[in-house]
Formats: sequence, structure tokens, C-alpha cells
Amino acid sequence: MYMGIIEGTFPPRYRREVKYRNAFVGWRCKKCGRVFYTPRKRCECGSREIEEIELPREGRVVTRTVVRNPPKGYEKYAPYAIAIIELDVDGQKVRVLGQLADVDLDKIRTGMRVRATLRRIRAGRRGLIEYGVKRVPIEE
Amino acid sequence: MREVVIAGAGFAKIGERRNDRIGDIFAEAFRMLIDNTQIDPKEIEALVVGNMSAGEFVGQASLGAYLADYVGLSGIPAIRVEAACTSGGASVRTAYHLVASGAYDVVVAAGVEKMTDTPNNQTTSILAEAAHQEYETYFGASFVALNALMMRYYLDKYKPKREAFAKRSVYMHQNAVDNPRAQFRRPVKLEQVLNSTIVADPLTIFECAPIGDGSAAVLLTTPEKAKELGLEYVKIAGAALATDRLALHERDELDTLKATLRARERAYKQAKIEPKDVDLIEIHDAFSIMAVLALEDLGFAKKGEGRKLIDEGVISRDGSLPANLGGGLKARGHPVGSTTVYGVGEAYLNLLQKAPRKSPGGEVAVVQGIGGTGSTVSVFVLRR
Repeated sequence: MYMGIIEGTFPPRYRREVKYRNAFVGWRCKKCGRVFYTPRKRCECGSREIEEIELPREGRVVTRTVVRNPPKGYEKYAPYAIAIIELDVDGQKVRVLGQLADVDLDKIRTGMRVRATLRRIRAGRRGLIEYGVKRVPIEE
Repeated sequence: MREVVIAGAGFAKIGERRNDRIGDIFAEAFRMLIDNTQIDPKEIEALVVGNMSAGEFVGQASLGAYLADYVGLSGIPAIRVEAACTSGGASVRTAYHLVASGAYDVVVAAGVEKMTDTPNNQTTSILAEAAHQEYETYFGASFVALNALMMRYYLDKYKPKREAFAKRSVYMHQNAVDNPRAQFRRPVKLEQVLNSTIVADPLTIFECAPIGDGSAAVLLTTPEKAKELGLEYVKIAGAALATDRLALHERDELDTLKATLRARERAYKQAKIEPKDVDLIEIHDAFSIMAVLALEDLGFAKKGEGRKLIDEGVISRDGSLPANLGGGLKARGHPVGSTTVYGVGEAYLNLLQKAPRKSPGGEVAVVQGIGGTGSTVSVFVLRR
């Protein structure tokens, strides 16, 4: 990550990655059907035919934590919750990682249902305002 | 392939060494290696250095050439290898192959990390580079947070007594008391561990390895050359490295390190051993959850029962499977790129009864190193 005069991500990189940060995109191997959240050029089944798919917005928390000692650039947002969320993609369980937003940190729990939404991830004093997907609880 | 042995070890004192540059820390470990073995440094044909992030921590690349020059070895091949927190494991395994292949007879496998020249939040950021930059770190996940996610998952699934996790820190601090190179040489009480500040729920600060500067170096050679040099040695009976998906959420299981299973299978098979043959272990316990997972994935306990080996004292100094006799990552310290070299070096000392405090001894030791949250794992089997 570029840590020079511009804080946060250097603009060309942000431009390259912005689509995947701001949209709920995953990848599916056209041969074996396996779905991944992180991109790759070749599946473990040997296929190079991997297509971009839209992932479902809703999911379930399978584990969670609260970050109290954040990395550089995230200090002003701490404490914040991070979770691994399980999505159901046509019967296949796919896990994603991200922050939980609009949630009481004492009330996060495993099993809670959440929905994806677009939020600010960070903003440096001399950099871009960076956005990405976070998840908010679904009222039940 | 030729048989390879470890015939010497040297260590730097781990801590916040504000007055020392990275070269000084490596030079301390190297000097102890030379003093202990009494070999002529001209015998050393190649240097491999495990290091996670000197480029970020101190702004130095070309680490092999720099460190070789700093200790008067300039001219020999010297390279840095990286596999996050088990860069040291990658170093020992690379050196192992350099000797096993017949390319060289005497190679030094070292590891070094200087972690205290950056402010705390920057150090936290650099350590998080071991995780997936675009899909974990970008969302604000620290390295501790990713380990906390695994621990929470484990606690939810198996509902173990929380104390069993914390007890590991108590054992490790006890083990470090007599280790002159340990970062923390004072005992701690169970209540202190449980009641210390929470870094990322549920991990308390006393369950996490500290940040510190350190370096370790081991001498790899053939049995014949070791005898010629008049050195006692232990054999490297198994040496394996394996990987798993980089991002934690992408793994098949959140409570199993598949890379440990893969590396263990190869290393045990090469050494022709089973878990019951092992007398002492050095496990990569950067966080209490990692100690529990290591005990299970290395085959010493069933899934969900690793904590029993801690709770029942099996891994204590007086138990049947003593772990991390020098204090482990928790108390000896965790200068990331050097950690697995410390593990290999301490196992060598303990098998040969050369450690500062008499060890329970034994014939076979297993050393494990973990890079990232389990994306790379190294496993070594040492035999006296």
C-alpha cells in the first residue's frame, strides 16, 4: 500500500480496484462451478474459464471480532466489528470478510443475519475517500 | 538426496532494541553461532536469511548482501526468503535443500526482524500484509483480528473452558524465566492473562505474542562434515513446507490449518515417525488459538481437544509432550522472520541438552512455523 505523500491508496490502484470494492462481485469457475470471493486466473480444477458473478446481498455471521488496535489509517474508526459472513450462492456456501456497520458492538453475535451496503472505508487527510462494502444487521 | 544435520545455533536477545540496527541484531546471533561452533567463518559457503518485511520495517532490501557484508562474509551467495511469519521456516528449508542437493556442504540458515523502528499502528499495518491486501486488510482487519475470528469460531463450536487457552501463556512465561534470550523472563498468573486488555475480542494482550527485534541462525551441513569439524549434531529427518489459500474466509475450515496437515504429512512420512514418537515440540503459538490448532493439526489431539493438552499440563515442562521450552512466541518473543529459526535452534539445543536449563530430553522433536493465518506452514522433524 502506498504510504507516501498521498494517504491511503494511490489513485491508479484505486481506479483499478474500485469496481470490486464498491460492488458485490464474486467469481465462478465455469467448469467445476466453484464460487470464490477473491479473484484468481486458474481454478484448482484446472480450468481457466472463470466468470464474474454478482453475489447475494444477505448472509449470516459465522464468526466475529471487535478491532481495538487498528492498523494505520483506520484509527479514527476504532473500535469496529469485523466478521466472516456466509452466503448461500445457489446452494453453495461462500464466505466473505468485512466490517459490520450500524451495530451495537456488545450485541453482535454469531448467527446474526446481515445485508451488504456501500459505506466509507477510510479517508486520509491528503487522499481519496475510499468506499467499500460493509454489512448491516437485518431487523428480525 | 544427502542427509542434512544441524550442527550449531546462535541467537540474539529478543526485545525492543532501540540502539541496534538490523545488522547488529543479526551479527549477535551470527557471533554466538561462531563462538559455539568454533568454526572458521570461511567454511560457510552460503547464507539464507528469513525475513518478512525489512523493506517496510527499516527500508532495507538486498538483505542477503547487506548482512553477509556486515559480518565479513561478503562474496558468498546470500539471499533473503519470505513466507510471512514463517520466513524462518522457509530459510531453514531452503538451506536444507542447498545441502541435501550436494550444491554446498556448509550453509547458515538465519532469520532476522527489526520491528521497533516504526510506530505501533504502522507495525500493525506491516504485520497485516501477511493477510490478503485487497480482501482482508483493506476492510480494516488487523492480524490479531483475523486470529480472533478463528478463536471465536472455535469457542462457539466446541465451547471449551476459556481458562485452557489462557493457561498456555502461564506455561510459556515459566519456560522463559531461564532463557537468557527471551523477551519476557517473568512468570504471569492465570488471572493476569484473563483480565488483561482485550486487543481483538476474545484475544487478550497476554494471549498474543509481543513485538520485538531478534535474530537466530543455525548451521546446516552433512554428518560427515560435522564430524570433520568436531561438532555435535541433530539430523533433519523431515522438512516440509505447504500452503493454503491466502484469505482466511476462503479456507475450507476455519478451525483447521490445512497447510499444517499437508506439511505434517510430508515431514512425518519423510522422517518415518508418528505423533506418538515425538518427545518435544516447538509450535508457532503467536496467539493462544494457534497453539490449540497446532496441537490438533500436528496430530497430538483430536479436533476440538487440543485445549486439553494445555489444561492437563501435557505440554508443560514436566508433561509428556513439553512445548516451547524456551518460552515460545508468547514469552521468548516473535521477531517474525526469525521465529522458526529460533524454534529449530531451541529444539536442537534441547535434544542435545545444551539449553540453559536442563531439558526433559528425548530423541525426536517437531518444529512448526506458521505464515499468515495459515497460508504457509513449515514442519521440521529433528532426530538426535
